[in-house]
Amino acid sequence: MSRLVLRNVRKNYGGLEVIKGVDLDIAFGEFCVFVGPSGCGKSTLLKMISGLEPISEGEIAIDDEVVNDVPPADRGLAMVFQSYALYPHMSVRQNLSFGLENLNTPKAAIAQKIAEVAKMLQIEPLLNRRPGQLSGGQRQRVAIGRAVVREPKIFLFDEPLSNLDAELRVEMRGEIARLHRRLGNTMIYVTHDQVEAMTMADKIAVLRSGKVEQFGAPLELYNNPANVFVAGFIGSPKMNFFQGTIHAADGQEAFVQFNSGERIPVSRETFLVSHGLPVTLGIRPGHVTLGPVDATDIKGVVQNIEQLGGESHLYINAADGTPTAVHVDGQTEIALGDTIGLKLDTGKIQLFSRDTGGTLRR
Amino acid sequence: MGKIFTFLTRTRGIGRLHWTDWASYAYLLFGIVIMFGPVLWLVLSSFKSEAELQRFPPTFLPYAQEMISIEGYDKPLPLFEITNGEFAGKQAGQVRRIGLVSQLVRPEAPKDLIKMPLADRKPVERIDFAFENYGDLFKRFDFLRYLWNSVFITTMATLIMLLVNSMAAFALSKYHFRGRSTVLAMIVGTLMVPQTVVLVPLFLITRELGMLNSLWGVIIPGAATPTGVFLLRQYMLTIPDEILDAARMDKASEWKIFWRIVLPLSAPAIAVLAILAIMWRWNDFLWPLIVLSQNDKFTLQLALNSFQGQLTTQWSNLLAMTVLVLVPIAIVFAFLQKYIATGIASTGGK
Repeated sequence: MSRLVLRNVRKNYGGLEVIKGVDLDIAFGEFCVFVGPSGCGKSTLLKMISGLEPISEGEIAIDDEVVNDVPPADRGLAMVFQSYALYPHMSVRQNLSFGLENLNTPKAAIAQKIAEVAKMLQIEPLLNRRPGQLSGGQRQRVAIGRAVVREPKIFLFDEPLSNLDAELRVEMRGEIARLHRRLGNTMIYVTHDQVEAMTMADKIAVLRSGKVEQFGAPLELYNNPANVFVAGFIGSPKMNFFQGTIHAADGQEAFVQFNSGERIPVSRETFLVSHGLPVTLGIRPGHVTLGPVDATDIKGVVQNIEQLGGESHLYINAADGTPTAVHVDGQTEIALGDTIGLKLDTGKIQLFSRDTGGTLRR
Repeated sequence: MGKIFTFLTRTRGIGRLHWTDWASYAYLLFGIVIMFGPVLWLVLSSFKSEAELQRFPPTFLPYAQEMISIEGYDKPLPLFEITNGEFAGKQAGQVRRIGLVSQLVRPEAPKDLIKMPLADRKPVERIDFAFENYGDLFKRFDFLRYLWNSVFITTMATLIMLLVNSMAAFALSKYHFRGRSTVLAMIVGTLMVPQTVVLVPLFLITRELGMLNSLWGVIIPGAATPTGVFLLRQYMLTIPDEILDAARMDKASEWKIFWRIVLPLSAPAIAVLAILAIMWRWNDFLWPLIVLSQNDKFTLQLALNSFQGQLTTQWSNLLAMTVLVLVPIAIVFAFLQKYIATGIASTGGK
């Protein structure tokens, strides 16, 4: 039920291709997040799924039925827009009932559904107000209510939280996740915020310039990024990248030699490496530990310190000039300008081919 | 209320008026006289009898001569005050006037006929509003017929114009189709063609369609105006497309989107256009004059024109009718002008 399949979906505007062949298979009940930098085509892709934007090539199928030529309203989808797009001249109640009226739902049924949804989203006291009289969070709830009340097969969210302040965003994030658990529908959620993606998604599709870079569960993306882009996009602070070259003489241990001359060993069992291969080594800030200058892998000078109380972020310029973030538990006594040593957790490093950007993991 | 009074009576000088205050008030007064002087003059003149209108020098208020009934005379006589001679200060009715001599008779002595030069008596007058000017419009002229014609044309033309123009504006603002900017440029371009240039072709078309001497012949040719289309289009551009997309997701047909979403949201612009349309149509003269030639199809403006004959003009009725023609448009403007300034605040978005 309600499985969404995209096969080689493309979109051209004149000669410009903005969606370059997307294949996705989203199972029933999944919470799928499209994430990517702005301009990557994620909102366009969502609009193409909704039917508001026609597709140039490929197929979109809902429940194994190709819906390329089915108008938006008949696809059984509901969408929550970034600007909420509530009808400003209608009361909240009318906003909720508009879609149902268009479906010729009997009045009694409409009233009942609105009552249920209003209760669920706690917007009962607002039903007779106009959108202009509501706060941002309330409008957001109404916009979600308008989608829920139609009982769609699939929910589409287009950056729904981007207009809310940070606190409300966290609250609404939880609320949408609860809604998903409660309704069990398939939901597709577009955001540029990887934290939202990580916290809410069952599956994440990372998009870059019209292509899906990787599609998988959040931790899978975090632990085994398919390429440098995904590795850098998922996780905060960002993963650190060092440029280096593989030294792997036959029968000996392989290691990465940094431009600064320092080297660290890599496992041949985990990575497919060959001698002389230029690589990008990735390591998350949490997998770097501080140590004495002599007994560590890399040396660097502290450029900036963020003390968050429970944790600290150090921003260090490594010997070869690579900016490196380090995550330290608790508070730190290190001062700006200190030279410190960094030790990389060799079990947690990622290696990417510098030519293709793809992972070298076997 | 107090605040408004304080604001309106604010002066530059404290305690007494600065010379700039005098200048400001003088300027404002001048403006009032320029704006309302003619209107006031028109209204007061409309209450003058035909004779009073011809009088020189003209008076500001409508006057009429007092009449007096005197024994022995069948009709009431015009009352004069004698200013010179034996009976100076007495009032008398004028029996007749022969050349420069007036024959008067005093009420106390009905048999006694006094003869005196015209200059020695002056008429006794009182303010008198000649309401019959207005009454005549209904009795002698078919005012209600003209009013109906005008109202019908104004209402229908405004409604049709709003509908046609808003539909065109919707298409030109919310749909992307090949040639959209060309169409818009052509519509706006017609603004540069003077009406007089297209008058003859327009007349020929109207004649071919058999709409001469029909109210529809006045209504239809002016139904689409470039000004209206452009005005509404510019306003509709400000309605976010996401609202329309949301309605499409809500299974609203394109017609329903127009009718239930775009039209209500364009209400401020539509109100402005409605006011303009009503004023244009009510005051329209040239086109109705060309299309309508039968008296029973005349609009008020044409009826007004018909008071003006080649040799004589019935000023009293003409002025009275002018006042009546002004009233509805003034009322419409007074009630609708606030919509020009107010708009529905943008509320559905962020």
